[in-house]
Amino acid sequence: MKKLLTVSLLSAAVLAGTAQARDYDTVRFGVDVPYEPMEYRLPNGDLTGFDIELGNALCDEIGIDCTWTVQGWDGIIPGLLARKYDAIMSSMTINDQRRKQVLFSDPYFTPPSAWFAPADSKITVPSKQTLEGKTIGVQRGTLQDNYATDMFGDVADINRYSTADDMVLDMDAGRLDIVFLDFPVGKSTLLDSNDGDYKIVGKMISEPKKYFGDGFGIAFRKRDKELAEKFDAALDTLKENGTYDKLYKKYFETKQ
Amino acid sequence: MEQLNAWFTRLLADNEIFTAQTIGYYAHGLANTAQLVLLSLLIGLMLAVPLAIGRSSSRPWVKWPIFLYTYVFRGTPLLIQLYIIYYGVVFVDGIQDTWLWLILEKPFYPALIAFTLNTAAYTTEIFRGAIKATPKGEIEAARAYGMSQAKMLRRIVLPSAFRRALPAYGNEVIFMLHASAIASVVTIMDLTGAARFVYARFYAPFDAFLFVAAIYLCLTFGILYLFRYLEKRLLAHLKPQT
Repeated sequence: MKKLLTVSLLSAAVLAGTAQARDYDTVRFGVDVPYEPMEYRLPNGDLTGFDIELGNALCDEIGIDCTWTVQGWDGIIPGLLARKYDAIMSSMTINDQRRKQVLFSDPYFTPPSAWFAPADSKITVPSKQTLEGKTIGVQRGTLQDNYATDMFGDVADINRYSTADDMVLDMDAGRLDIVFLDFPVGKSTLLDSNDGDYKIVGKMISEPKKYFGDGFGIAFRKRDKELAEKFDAALDTLKENGTYDKLYKKYFETKQ
Repeated sequence: MEQLNAWFTRLLADNEIFTAQTIGYYAHGLANTAQLVLLSLLIGLMLAVPLAIGRSSSRPWVKWPIFLYTYVFRGTPLLIQLYIIYYGVVFVDGIQDTWLWLILEKPFYPALIAFTLNTAAYTTEIFRGAIKATPKGEIEAARAYGMSQAKMLRRIVLPSAFRRALPAYGNEVIFMLHASAIASVVTIMDLTGAARFVYARFYAPFDAFLFVAAIYLCLTFGILYLFRYLEKRLLAHLKPQT
């Protein structure tokens, strides 16, 4: 039975690969929930999040309908290839390994990192001058660790933690002057769960690429080049007309 | 020398991991590890001698508290002790405002305290065993000379006990060196911390950890030789005569 399934899946993949590209009037998105704030369910069960809203806005721009299918992460690319849906928009980081199987749109988002400090901290803009002699907390081996080490390792002490929990504990204890974290992680552990004890310092950081990567892309089947191009064009339009910024602000705006 | 330098440069030219920067991290880590281990062993030893004497005392109010201390510190993992001393103490209300915080703020002193208390507990028990094993004849001879309790301890019991404790203490030193590898959980950049940093940075577990294992191995060799030398010197009278 299993063999039969494999064979039929394989032939389906081959057929899909050779079939003619078609015009879509409905695009079905595959998405893995929850991953706040990118994609998650509201209390009433509706899907929402940055990916979902941006995806819908892109479809509106192109003039097609879109629907969302929830799919577990480990089966999300096989599901695309097996035509359960036509695209994946689920905070998928663009990388070469995935490029072998799917076609990516232009990156639509790079998860930002941010500096967090106690609310009474005097640091306003993180720089070599302001961080000199301070103690910076990072999670060991993260891209934030690499960035902070290269930028400020020579002037500041860098404390590396295995878990974000240990780091928050030391921040509470007053052992750290400032921490550099993935923004959603920092928001949920430092901003949301503490009553105003912490604040964001400076701007969010998602450049340069060397540290922060290629960002998230929408994945399509390789033959759907036309569709991917339509989405790329729509993304450019949304970035120009301010829709993208509005969404970005909605999900990543920080209360100062 | 120049040839060696050229050879070394060539050796390092082809790899991305062992650059001057990462070697620097390892060197820094070595300094931290050596500092932590040496200091904790030294202070631990100084604590352990009076404690071991107290532990072999016949007075219950001296003996039992020391037993409780060694029991607790030998009965719980060093990692847990370190967590309690570093992360646990911050939950004591207002500790940040006392002078204690000067000691506890940076990770070095909490780690030093945990290591010292731990090794002192083990060393106390090692010495107590050695004191207890003092041959009866030596004590009787000392008594026959009319030595006071203190003099007997100073001249007869302790010197002979130290000699007997030496091999076991050598083991404790090596254990302490290896146990210090957990210092990196409280953000100290010791040898293991440096290895974990290099591992996480280059995703190269083999290179990072084999290199650090080699350093530990060299250190252990040094300790072994030191103790072998000491044993040769101090236990010469116990060697079979030829």
